[in-house]
Amino acid sequence: MTKKSIHNLEAIVQQVRRDIVRMVHACQSGHPGGSLGCTELLVCLYFELMQRKEQFDPNGVGEDLFFLSNGHISPVFYSVLARAGYFPIDELATFRKLNSRLQGHPTTHEGLPGIRVASGSLGQGLSVAIGAAQAKKLNKDNRLVYVLMGDGELQEGQIWEAAMYAAHNKMDNLIAIVDYNGAQIDGATNDVLSLGDLPGKWMAFGWKVIEVRRGNDIGSVIAGLRKAQDSTAKRVPVMVLLHTEMGNGVDFMMGSHKWHGVAPNDEQLTSALNQNAETLGDYIA
Amino acid sequence: MKKYTYTESKDTRSGFGAGLVEAAKQDENVVALCADLIGSLKMNEFIKAFPDRFFQIGIAEANMMGIAAGLTIGGKIPFTGTFANFSTGRVYDQIRQSIAYSDKNVKIAASHAGLTLGEDGATHQILEDIGLMKMLPGMTVINPCDYNQTKAATIAVARHKGPVYLRFGRPVVPVFTPDDQDFVIGKAVMLNPGTAVTILATGHLVWEAIQAGEELEGMGVDAEIINIHTIKPLDEEAILGSIAKTGCVVTAEEHNRIGGLGDSVAQLLTKQMPVPQEYVAVNDSFGESGTPSELMHKYGLNADAIVAAVLRVLKRKQIKL
Repeated sequence: MTKKSIHNLEAIVQQVRRDIVRMVHACQSGHPGGSLGCTELLVCLYFELMQRKEQFDPNGVGEDLFFLSNGHISPVFYSVLARAGYFPIDELATFRKLNSRLQGHPTTHEGLPGIRVASGSLGQGLSVAIGAAQAKKLNKDNRLVYVLMGDGELQEGQIWEAAMYAAHNKMDNLIAIVDYNGAQIDGATNDVLSLGDLPGKWMAFGWKVIEVRRGNDIGSVIAGLRKAQDSTAKRVPVMVLLHTEMGNGVDFMMGSHKWHGVAPNDEQLTSALNQNAETLGDYIA
Repeated sequence: MKKYTYTESKDTRSGFGAGLVEAAKQDENVVALCADLIGSLKMNEFIKAFPDRFFQIGIAEANMMGIAAGLTIGGKIPFTGTFANFSTGRVYDQIRQSIAYSDKNVKIAASHAGLTLGEDGATHQILEDIGLMKMLPGMTVINPCDYNQTKAATIAVARHKGPVYLRFGRPVVPVFTPDDQDFVIGKAVMLNPGTAVTILATGHLVWEAIQAGEELEGMGVDAEIINIHTIKPLDEEAILGSIAKTGCVVTAEEHNRIGGLGDSVAQLLTKQMPVPQEYVAVNDSFGESGTPSELMHKYGLNADAIVAAVLRVLKRKQIKL
């Protein structure tokens, strides 16, 4: 990874952070905290790590697929999809508004390119990703399937049904990622319902576990995900525990669960934008 | 009254098993999933013929629905298999979000529907599944009446694009529909034209409706009997055409009175053609353990109950407002 390409990814990250806070501010709703925390991950996936077709193909045969299971961090997903060319960036201005393709939580129902399944009700994305990975195996398609979950989301029982299935069936074309920020709506996961020894749990379920300590550092994200890619095709599913910081990149939102689902006011927006440079051009409000 | 005869009795779930093999022969994208009930769903033949296209999920129905949704991404046509109870109520949100709202081409094959599951009792006898599934936008709901029709329906469902709930059962019932029938989703089947009353029946109650029709004929009542194998989309044209002629209707189904075929018909009639209607259905209760025939008798879901409902509705029809 050259310094130049990291610099390019950093520029996209800054712009995506601007998009996120502007989108959430414009409709005064949405989830900035987790979106900001996962910005590096999604930018690295879409602009560096995934092999994908230029045009959106809902079946995604012959390309890497990404599923967002924690659908509430739709602002970062929409921004990255738009910046990756799936739909016009100015459409970001319609986020959560009436008649928009950018619903509060992602959906295929409005025909937005880049989305392959609806998510929002938590705990379902890993199963869907496993199904898509099974289809790839049947189709003799050797590309990978990625899925991102929240750490609070792991409290859903379906996740562990899927975890068992993936190991039993040697789903080794699947890379699952947990946004390990330790926070959920009501507070720290350790206070709400602690996850315990998370690496140990996934290992006990038969997964290869890779921990990425600095999930908001582009170099670390790339290195961790490359290691995950190298761990595929070895008859075990791969789990990346990505330590991130909720609200990363906006000082007053950082490290607090309070910005899980709260929109900034005008003054806070200005402050957030001052901390993230307009690198690629803002979408037109 | 048109005569219906049969030479053998079979379970509708076996019709599904046979249809699944046929559908899989016709389209290599057909795959099947099962939540630890291969024998109950009659999937053995499919697994023998297409081992690579079968996915044993284990006792994890929520995961099964998600995996089925994911398999459609890549062009597969997945059939999920478990009891009707675990195919609907247990996984409603998974079906709602990952399948129905996501417009996924998943076929939910639900066996052991209704009271005729028998001795296992109310935990396994779902009577609300038609209602749950028909409320989902875009979901097609099919409840065939015998082995041949279930087989034909399974093949038709595989060819249909979009999510489908296919409901069938465990008891052995007369096979009286043709083995070469053309199953058209959403198109009701006229079984006996008549003038006095319309009987709209679905699933296991179709044969009971035929029995009732014969009994009614002996009483001088000329009943029109229609098999509503597709509850959604409802064949409104066939129903309204019949009721315009007869002026009253009895609906018959192995389901709760609330949310089933009867309610779909009532909604149609309220808007288009209000006439007296009587329900043959479970009267808003859970089931219980017993043999299928004992249960169908106790809960009023047989030919006798249909005859009684016809007599009630005819009485109401004669009241001139």
